[in-house]
Amino acid sequence: MKRHGDVLVFAENNDGRIHPVSYELLGKGRELADSLGVDLNAVLLGWRMENEAFELIYRGADKVFLYDHPSLEEFDVIRYTQNIVKMVRETEPDIFLVGATRIGRTLAPRIAAALRTGLTADCVDLKLDEEGNLVQVRPAFSGNIMAQIVTKTRPQMATVRYKVMKMPERDTGREGEIIRMKVDVIEETGMRIIEKTRADEVEIAEADVIVSGGRGLKRPEDFSLLEELASLLGGVVGSSRPLVDAGWISKDHQVGFSGNTVKPRVYIACGISGSPQHLFGMRDSDIIIAVNKDPTAPIFNVSDYGVVGDLYEFIPLLIREVKRLIGGGKDEGEH
Amino acid sequence: MSSIDQLNIIVLLKQVPDIEKVKFDFKTGRLDRSSAEAVINPFDLNALEAAVEIKEKVGARITVISMGPKTAEASLRDAIARGADDAILLTDKRFAGADTLATSYTLACAIRKVSSYDLVICGEKTIDGDTAQVGPEVAEFLGVPHVAYVEEIREVKRDRILVKSKMGRNYYIIELKFPGLITVTKDVNTPRLPSLKDKIRSRKAEITVWNADSLLDLADERYFGATGSPTTVAKVYVPKAERRKGKIFRGDLERAAKEIAIVLREAHVIR
Repeated sequence: MKRHGDVLVFAENNDGRIHPVSYELLGKGRELADSLGVDLNAVLLGWRMENEAFELIYRGADKVFLYDHPSLEEFDVIRYTQNIVKMVRETEPDIFLVGATRIGRTLAPRIAAALRTGLTADCVDLKLDEEGNLVQVRPAFSGNIMAQIVTKTRPQMATVRYKVMKMPERDTGREGEIIRMKVDVIEETGMRIIEKTRADEVEIAEADVIVSGGRGLKRPEDFSLLEELASLLGGVVGSSRPLVDAGWISKDHQVGFSGNTVKPRVYIACGISGSPQHLFGMRDSDIIIAVNKDPTAPIFNVSDYGVVGDLYEFIPLLIREVKRLIGGGKDEGEH
Repeated sequence: MSSIDQLNIIVLLKQVPDIEKVKFDFKTGRLDRSSAEAVINPFDLNALEAAVEIKEKVGARITVISMGPKTAEASLRDAIARGADDAILLTDKRFAGADTLATSYTLACAIRKVSSYDLVICGEKTIDGDTAQVGPEVAEFLGVPHVAYVEEIREVKRDRILVKSKMGRNYYIIELKFPGLITVTKDVNTPRLPSLKDKIRSRKAEITVWNADSLLDLADERYFGATGSPTTVAKVYVPKAERRKGKIFRGDLERAAKEIAIVLREAHVIR
């Protein structure tokens, strides 16, 4: 039987912490590596990242290629590409997975072009065919169809959407090897960060509870009703695309194919009919609750609990009941 | 009046079906491209507008390049009406069936053939392919730095540009030296419509047409089109709609609110 190369995962460094999509990829990567009978490795670039390198082992990596150097503290696509390309040429992995974040989608195409290998964007599933080739599943045409892509070159590269793969358990008993790599230090890359400011945006993909509004909302101000419910539940407000396009709420709140994919514990859809594009982004939520006046709205097909009625009537009632349960039924207004 | 020497800007654009109108065959999983008008990819309109704004501020010569069928000439004329100076269409059967790698390689070869350029501007992605890969891959083939997801152009100088982009949890102001490439989001500007006068003028504009042979002094034909594409679509299908057997409440909203509040408590989101 043909001997396969290893599986490699890019561990994305966000201000010194590893982006959770990288752990999700280690979960899927572990499955693929075990099926192929090969190792699962991760590549991590940054500065003072040794502790984070151990986290990659706890989540399933056998080896971590660690590039630890001040020049790599901030993401620079030229420095990252050059170091990773060299390592990939030496270690010849069969499969190379990258999170489909902005950093991942900035970096992966450059690496693929440098290696002259195929890259599949924004995958939502990965599997192996009988010969051990990677079958990459990605949505096409706004999520209306799925396409299976295969790659004839190696490594088979894919970027993978956040929140579609299962997060593996953290096992501090796992053993692995951290390999400190010699860093190619590139002084001049043609790019320089002049200013860095923290984006004051909601990380909707990380929320446990999302209360989303759609066209059933009458005015932009009415998001405050959803905000009240969301904050009682420790959650955030989401939105379907039309309201983002209309400028009622910022894009970081958008759930759906062209926005964020989310997988919260509870998703409450208020006045959202449920277009295929919206369903694409939220259908894997643990519990889905929908409120809509139209009993034929497609959102009810994917809901665990559906309320046929006016959200302006129902949401205040739900807020009242939730307040009643908070603190075992104390006075209203205490939250 | 331009305050600095004229910049050379290249804008890459793709002709796509109007996604709002195009008919979709759920059985075959294919778009019926004849069912809707072909237009410039909306993100590429932002790229072109960015170039035109730079031209208005500091002076620039804008060359648009597109790869596609002969009919893509219409989009290049549209680009000229919107402010581009020159237009090049890459069209050849040997370019057909290209994935992002082969597309990027071919576009990069064409850019090299245009010779001197300072800045390449691309849209963030196309609405039909939706990969966002071609811009960064072109940058790698050209060996120039790039900044993706640019939402604001702060300043343009003769040898560099200041741009704003969000990555990870931060906004960055990045100085990019020329030659370089940026991909822009829809937030970067609001594309203007061409005037009737410009539309009429663009009808007479000359479109340069290059085929594979035109690029052979710079390119290896094996990297064009389907032959040069490492990825192939093995299968296309309509995903099975998973349904949940939900409990539906009608009429008594009080009761619904009570029951759903209990569901929320059992899900441990009420503390």
